[in-house]
Amino acid sequence: MGMFGGAYNTIAFDANKCDGCGDCMTACATAKTGTVDQSRSRIQIVGSADEGFELALCRQCADPKCVTVCPAAALTKNYASGVIDWNADKCVDCLLCTVGCAYAGIALDAGTGHVAKCDTCDGAPACVPACPHDALTYVTTSRIYNEVGDWEDLFAPGLAGCQGCNTELLMRHTLRRVGPDTVLATPPGCVPGMGSVGFNGTTGTKIPVFHPLLTNTAAMLAGVKRQYKRVGRDVTALAIAGDGGASDVGFQSLSGAAERNEQILFMVVDNEGYMNTGMQRSSCTPYGAWTSTTPIGKGPGNIPSQGKTQDAKNLPLIMVNHRCEYVATASTAYMDDLYDKLDKAIQASKRGFAYLHVYSPCTTGWRFPTDQNMEVARKAVETNFVMLWEYNPTDGLHFTRPVDDPLPVTEYLKAMGRFRHLSPDQVSHIQSKVVENLAFVKQMAHREAI
Amino acid sequence: MEQTKYLVVGSSHAALEAVTAIRMHDPDGSLTLLTRDPHLPYSPTVLPYVVSGRSAPDAIFLRDEKFFARQKVQLKRGTALKALHAERNAAELADGSEIAYEKILLATGAAPAIPPIPGLDQVSYHVLRTLDDATKLNAAIKNSKQAVVLGAGLVGMHAAENLVKAGASVTIVEMAKQLTDGYFDAIAAGLIEKAFTDNGALILTGSRVVKLAPSATGATLTLENGTTLEADLLLVATGVKPNMEYLAGSRVEHDRGILVSDTMQTSVANVWSAGDCAQAKGFYTDAKIMNAILPDATEQGRIAGMAMAEDPGLKKYPGGVPLNTYHFFGRHAISVGSSKVPEGGEMVTRFDEASGRYLKAIFSADNRLTGIYGVNEFFDGGVMCQLILRRVDLAPVKERFLANPLAVGRELMSKLWR
Repeated sequence: MGMFGGAYNTIAFDANKCDGCGDCMTACATAKTGTVDQSRSRIQIVGSADEGFELALCRQCADPKCVTVCPAAALTKNYASGVIDWNADKCVDCLLCTVGCAYAGIALDAGTGHVAKCDTCDGAPACVPACPHDALTYVTTSRIYNEVGDWEDLFAPGLAGCQGCNTELLMRHTLRRVGPDTVLATPPGCVPGMGSVGFNGTTGTKIPVFHPLLTNTAAMLAGVKRQYKRVGRDVTALAIAGDGGASDVGFQSLSGAAERNEQILFMVVDNEGYMNTGMQRSSCTPYGAWTSTTPIGKGPGNIPSQGKTQDAKNLPLIMVNHRCEYVATASTAYMDDLYDKLDKAIQASKRGFAYLHVYSPCTTGWRFPTDQNMEVARKAVETNFVMLWEYNPTDGLHFTRPVDDPLPVTEYLKAMGRFRHLSPDQVSHIQSKVVENLAFVKQMAHREAI
Repeated sequence: MEQTKYLVVGSSHAALEAVTAIRMHDPDGSLTLLTRDPHLPYSPTVLPYVVSGRSAPDAIFLRDEKFFARQKVQLKRGTALKALHAERNAAELADGSEIAYEKILLATGAAPAIPPIPGLDQVSYHVLRTLDDATKLNAAIKNSKQAVVLGAGLVGMHAAENLVKAGASVTIVEMAKQLTDGYFDAIAAGLIEKAFTDNGALILTGSRVVKLAPSATGATLTLENGTTLEADLLLVATGVKPNMEYLAGSRVEHDRGILVSDTMQTSVANVWSAGDCAQAKGFYTDAKIMNAILPDATEQGRIAGMAMAEDPGLKKYPGGVPLNTYHFFGRHAISVGSSKVPEGGEMVTRFDEASGRYLKAIFSADNRLTGIYGVNEFFDGGVMCQLILRRVDLAPVKERFLANPLAVGRELMSKLWR
């Protein structure tokens, strides 16, 4: 790892969950000093129950001030672990680092007379499991980004997506993971719209890509895969399709390919509508949502309209009923979960049909600020509006990110403009659907595996 | 003639930070670092610990050759800048050769200021500014029985403590009324003085050497009041002066140091300066001051590097805030900010004689922190500095802050800039 770049694991703090119990400080003091003296802990909870608790902890800065002001070369940024290492042999106890750090991340330990700082306990921080409220988490996704960063990016630079769209991230990550021995099908939708089919006679990918009709994606891809098998080449047959292309007109060929257990990986990027062509409703558009074909106000013929009047089709559950080799739902707000499922889907596609359904908030069509994509995706999961689970015929269905204490669905709805007009009745309809869908999926999860 | 886009002169904190800042924005532009020191980069601040033997001379380097190779920096050691020809963007080196630059940073630091005492040039004495000075002094203290230190600044005090611990009888002579004048106040200085006298040192404040002469042991010093001192080891630590002789004949404006703007630019195009040789605006006053301390050198170096590389993220220098830490006989003293009480302001002190814990905090009339000092009272200096720089209103928490600056400072930090 060089001077810059590279992602690192990190201790994350959720102030809303902290009640100031101090168990993390006791755990740190025990691990690092062999005492239960909280003042010697390297993680310090500050604040009060009235004003909220906060944290003083080394941030393991990328551009650390403590390192630059150390006259003795005793502090160094470790570019492998990301941790700022303290060298006891070189330290002269001058305390200049404590003057350099604006975050109280390195301080005098009166018990030793030396400075002390968090070293993340070599990747297994004692404070994290000690927290009884899950206010501290050790975020370990950096491995994914570092690994992925080393793989070849198989998309052309400069895709033409809307600002803030997560589909480019999804496309690049997926193709990097699937690798160069892949044939890609991208039916009409945002993915070719962003450039997968190419510009000026060249493709937008470094692998063979084709542009089937909305109706025949799975059928064409299955045929391509069979031809490769016939000539003895092991390729991954991958489709990246929108929800419209999969759940509406493309559903017949998708269902057929799943029923025949074709060895393909079918990924649906679900932005809950035909967003590429002007934000028309699809069968995956949720109840109440504004789209250009489910408008708000006086509709055609002066009929009042309050958004979509039907509930969304739950396509991934329908795919489970095809008894595919693998079916899963995923979200770009939970990349480690997504990666885990992508790996399983790739493996399953060697044996038969694998289906991966990824929720993709649409900044343009859903009406939210461009910097909020991950937050909207996260809120969808935290309210159970979207559930993350996986299925295979042997183990059945189970939740991969169960939400114990879901937020009210209004927390999700208010994050975007397409639900702004909802009446209280519509909101309670959506909330009751969330409860119903959860109960339904839970029922399936409880079924004994075959 | 050799050419380089960036020429950085000096190799300590300001210069190294500038190199990092330049490389953050311009990874490839040719960069040459020139230093008159023959060694790899090190900090003058670590040298007292080389004298004491705590730091091994080969374990103090802030960067290695590999760093410079990786960052594509041409490192020229043992090569001094002799003259700056800013009118034609050229630097003349000690050997007479020249380097043409597009942009130059003068981070040449400071050298010991030698007082004009009659006879000083007739005796042998030590100074402490370079690694070679430190290794020489380290060897000498082992044989010293009777040492005299001129100057009770932090360099002199550090060295005196080493001499005391090595078993010499030590006398510290200081012109000012108290030790560590300009760093710590009278109460703190009293605590420091007591630690030294408890350990056997003799301290002569408000005292001046008027004459020196060679003697059998080394040197005889005559004080203003007529008494004489014998020294087998003499350390002159009466302050520093910026290295800027190479400016002679150039149009770069200088006063006590090289005068620089809020972006560390000098009065002449393509020339910047940072660190102990620069004279930049103070935080408390718009007048340009010398603030020759390590944290400020890094700050100035970074700003200069960003300005030279035309980094759009450049923020102007907020002005120098004094920051000092001092470790003596197992105790520590920290000072952040100004000791001057602003008009209408307030100074609050808390002193526990039994434990030697001392705290002094200074507030402006509108309850902003302007300075905080502690002996054996630990607080986060970096947090305090931010409270000062951000002019945080402490009126709602003042009492609590004074009772526990560590905890309340962290609380404010976590709300205001976490």
